[in-house]
Formats: sequence, C-alpha cells, structure tokens
Amino acid sequence: MIISVASGKGGTGKTLVATSLALSLKHSHGVVLLDCDVEEPNDHVFLQPEITGSKAVSILVPKIGEDKCTYCGRCAEVCTYHAIAVLGNNVMTFPQLCHGCGACSYLCPEKAISEESRETGVVEWGHSDGVGFIHGKLTVGEAMAPPVIRKVKEYASNDGTVIIDVPPGTSCPVVEAIKGSDFCLLVTEPTPFGLNDLCLAVETVRELNIPCGVVLNRAGVGDAGVQEYCRKQKIPILLTIPLDTEIARLYSRGIPLVEGLPEWGESFRQLLKRVTELVDERNRDTEW
Amino acid sequence: MKEIVILSGKGGTGKTTIVGSFAALAQSKVLADCDVDAADLHLLLSPSERQKSEFWSGQVAYIDRDRCTECGLCQELCRFDAIKDFMVDPVSCEGCGFCSHVCPVEAITMKENMSGYWFISDTKYGPLVHARLGIAQENSGKLVAAVRQQAKQIAESEGEDLIISDGPPGIGCPVISSLSGASLALLVTEPTLSGMHDLERVLGVCRHFGVPVLVCINKCDLNEGNTQQIESQCLSQGVEIAGRVPFDNIVSQSIVQGIPVVEYSNGTVTQEIERMWHTISARLRNSSKE
Repeated sequence: MIISVASGKGGTGKTLVATSLALSLKHSHGVVLLDCDVEEPNDHVFLQPEITGSKAVSILVPKIGEDKCTYCGRCAEVCTYHAIAVLGNNVMTFPQLCHGCGACSYLCPEKAISEESRETGVVEWGHSDGVGFIHGKLTVGEAMAPPVIRKVKEYASNDGTVIIDVPPGTSCPVVEAIKGSDFCLLVTEPTPFGLNDLCLAVETVRELNIPCGVVLNRAGVGDAGVQEYCRKQKIPILLTIPLDTEIARLYSRGIPLVEGLPEWGESFRQLLKRVTELVDERNRDTEW
Repeated sequence: MKEIVILSGKGGTGKTTIVGSFAALAQSKVLADCDVDAADLHLLLSPSERQKSEFWSGQVAYIDRDRCTECGLCQELCRFDAIKDFMVDPVSCEGCGFCSHVCPVEAITMKENMSGYWFISDTKYGPLVHARLGIAQENSGKLVAAVRQQAKQIAESEGEDLIISDGPPGIGCPVISSLSGASLALLVTEPTLSGMHDLERVLGVCRHFGVPVLVCINKCDLNEGNTQQIESQCLSQGVEIAGRVPFDNIVSQSIVQGIPVVEYSNGTVTQEIERMWHTISARLRNSSKE
C-alpha cells in the first residue's frame, strides 16, 4: 500500500507525520519512507539513515554536431521550451530550459544532434532502524523537481507499506509525488491559511481520484473552520495532534515524535489501521 | 524601483505573516503574492478585486481517435509516459509537442491550456497582484513571472517605488522565477533543524542568482541553541540577521481575524517586526545609492 502525506500549505507537519508513521511501523515487514520533497528534503534529519547507495539524476539535453549541422533551424522550431536558437551559422543551446523531450535530436533532418546527460539532482537510499529510506535532492540552482521525484519513486518496491513525504503546493511536483498512491493524508492546521490550502489540496487529490483523510496538527489555536469544512465535505479527520511546546521542541531538535514521546506510537499505528480500512472499503466498492 | 522578495525554503516559517505586516508598515508600494500554488496573502489584506485575467500557458496534446491508426509511435517516443492506449493523460503531458510532430497521419494537435488566473485587487495598503494556478497545472514559474510583471507595470503607472513579494516555499522553478532580478531577498527561517537545513539551500539559490540576502529568525525562542547556531553561521557567511521574532499565539489569532499582526497587537512580535522593517528599508535606501 502506498500512502502519501501532503498538505498544500508548507510547514503544517508533513515531515513529522511521515517520519513518525514510518517509525511506528518499524517492527512490521517492509516499511519504506520516500522523501519526495526534493527541493527541501528533511526526513533524513529525523531518521539519520545509513546511506548505502546513490545515483545521479540526469536529463538528456541536446549536443549539436556542428560538422553535420546545416543551420536549417528545424530544432529551434520544434523546441517548445526555447532551449535551442539558430542565428545565422550559429546554434545555441540553453540546457537549463531543456525538458529533455528528445524532439530536436529525433527530428533533425541531418541527424546532427546527439544527446548528453546533464545532472540535475541525486537519489540516495539506505535504512534507519528497520525502515527503508529513499530521498532525492534537487541540485541548488536547478528548476525542475519532477524528474528527480520520478527517480525516487522508481527505486521504491511496491510490496509492504510505502510512505511518501510530498512537497508543499498543488502543482506539478505535488502531482508527480502523489500519483499512484492508494491514500493521501492531508496535514493541516486550524487557521484560515491552513483551511484555504487544505481546500486546494483536496481538489488536487480528487482530480487524481485518490481517497484522502485529514491530520489536524497544532489543534488548540485558530478556529473551527477546518473541522466544519471536513464535516461538510465528508472528509474524515484521522488524527489530531495538539499545539504543544514539548512536541515543537522535539521537532526543532530533529527528534521524531514517536521516539521523543513513545506513547504516540500507538496513535500512528491506529492511523494506519484506519487508512487500511478506508482503502479496503473503497476497493470493495469499486469491485462491486 | 526596488523589489524585495520574502522566501524561506521550508514552508510555514511565517513568510505571509511577515509580508502582511510589511504591507501595513511600508509607505508606497505594490504587493505581489508569488506563491501561486497556495496563495494566502489575500486572507490578511481584505482585497477587493479590480481585474481578473485568464492565464494561458503551455499546451496539451490531443489525439483525434478518428484519424489515429494506433501505430504506437507517439507512445514509444513520449518520455513522460503521458500516452497510454492512444489517449493522452493531460496531467503527465509536458506539452513538448514531440508526438504531434512525429504522428504519420497528423492525428495529434496541441491545444492551448488555460492554467490559472491572475488578479489585480485593491487593498487599504495598496494594490495587490495575486494569482491562482489551476489544480495540478504546470508552469507555476511562468505565472509567477506574470504576477511580477503586472506588479511592475502597476508600480510604474501609479508612481510607487517598491514591490513587496510573498514567495513560494522550496528552491525550484517558482522560487527561481520570483527571485531572479530582485533587489533583495529576506529569508524567513525558524530555529529547527529542518528550517536550518532548508535555509542553507535557499541561501545557495540566492547566491547562485546574485541576489543580496537578509535573514529573519522567526519563533526564535523555540530553541535558543539553534537560534545561536543560525546567527553564527550567518555571521561566518557575511549574512546579516535583520530580525528575531519570538513565538506568540497572537499571530494565529491575527490570522483568524484576517488582520496583519502589527495592526492586531502592540506586543513584542509587532515591535520586532517594526524594528526589522526599519532595518530593511534602510538597506533598500542604501542599495539605491550604490
């Protein structure tokens, strides 16, 4: 089963929930945590995993063979991303703009374009205390997170429980990370900011046809807007974590909640149980 | 004209709270919400909409089933796995158009994609440009660029000399788009190991694009040891700390009321944000002399 942990708004507690959920299951078989927030990955701060392997993530960018090139301009014409320009007897490429679609090299009438790898990030894997761990890191200065996210997901095996820590927002990196999940946990906080961004996140998972439930973090501040919304939209609130100085301090020191306050372990195992029931229910419904 | 962008790397460190307060403190300015994925600034500024525009950007492939001979070439060549069973998955399609160029029977056309809206609104603090990216859409970087361009035009036509932008979290495409060419970046962090780790990466991005930075440590009393560590790391890298704002539930209360915290309370949080704005505006004035 694949469970993704997303939020819309940043800083609501995705990392806290993803790491504690993974660690609470460490005695069961085959738990893997994927940190797909490749722009700002933080799960490793909490898990301190032993990294056993890594691989560069590259995209294929064009390399112009000037000896064959006739400067016909076909490559520049087919490149939607303006990553190639032909000016007189000069071809310029802008690798940072290239999405690696391969159209230019395939469509060059002179076969003058080959492709070379350009590194945009890295995937690392290992384990921590019985939990499998994989994360990706986008190179600083690079713009495109989705290719790195795709690679992280390729390294995950599908048996057992896979937990995906998703980047904030609602655009392409989020979709890339959530795609293919059996369930999505949406972590939010009870403020108008939390509610506004929860609504966007709910629309996103519904667009992808993935069932969802809410984890309400920092309960006790703010207002009741999130609860009212969840009731109206029939979205279950599966776990409530209070605003608590001790929890915040543990987080600040990089200590997972279930390690600092072990009594939370049972709450996270119950959370997984509820999620499993909801996924089973839904699968039964679709079979019928 | 000056443009300050507020970034953080890590989400939820308080960017919007700080920008909302700067909106109330700065004299003559245009406000821009560059977090087009999950915009929240409007929730603090009670805007009234002046203009709403569609944002068309990028394309999505469309296969005409009547013409398609199911040869499978498009599926074979698409590097984004966006074509399955001779149908395009619009969410996976990157809009590159490769398939439309190679289809031997010209069954594939590229359709323009409406990927969101941008708005110009009036607030009691000045004009606000904001946007909403469509659900699961690409091109957030281009929408950010559109928001900044509108903000610049308004500032020029209305004679304002400052743009204050609320940036997105992360370090990728929309962050780069909101940062490039800005006069100054304020990086809001918090004294947690995650916040510190993310600050380091967003600092790297600012350096990469040559934008000067100041740092704000928000919720600075959450972990004094970490706050000291951030201070010494900034010092060793020649980065100035513009402000230290303590944790206070008053901030959540002000968000619930939909009011910038500096207008909601006279407490320490407000005093520290005012002091920080003083430092920043002095820095902006000096940079214009250089």
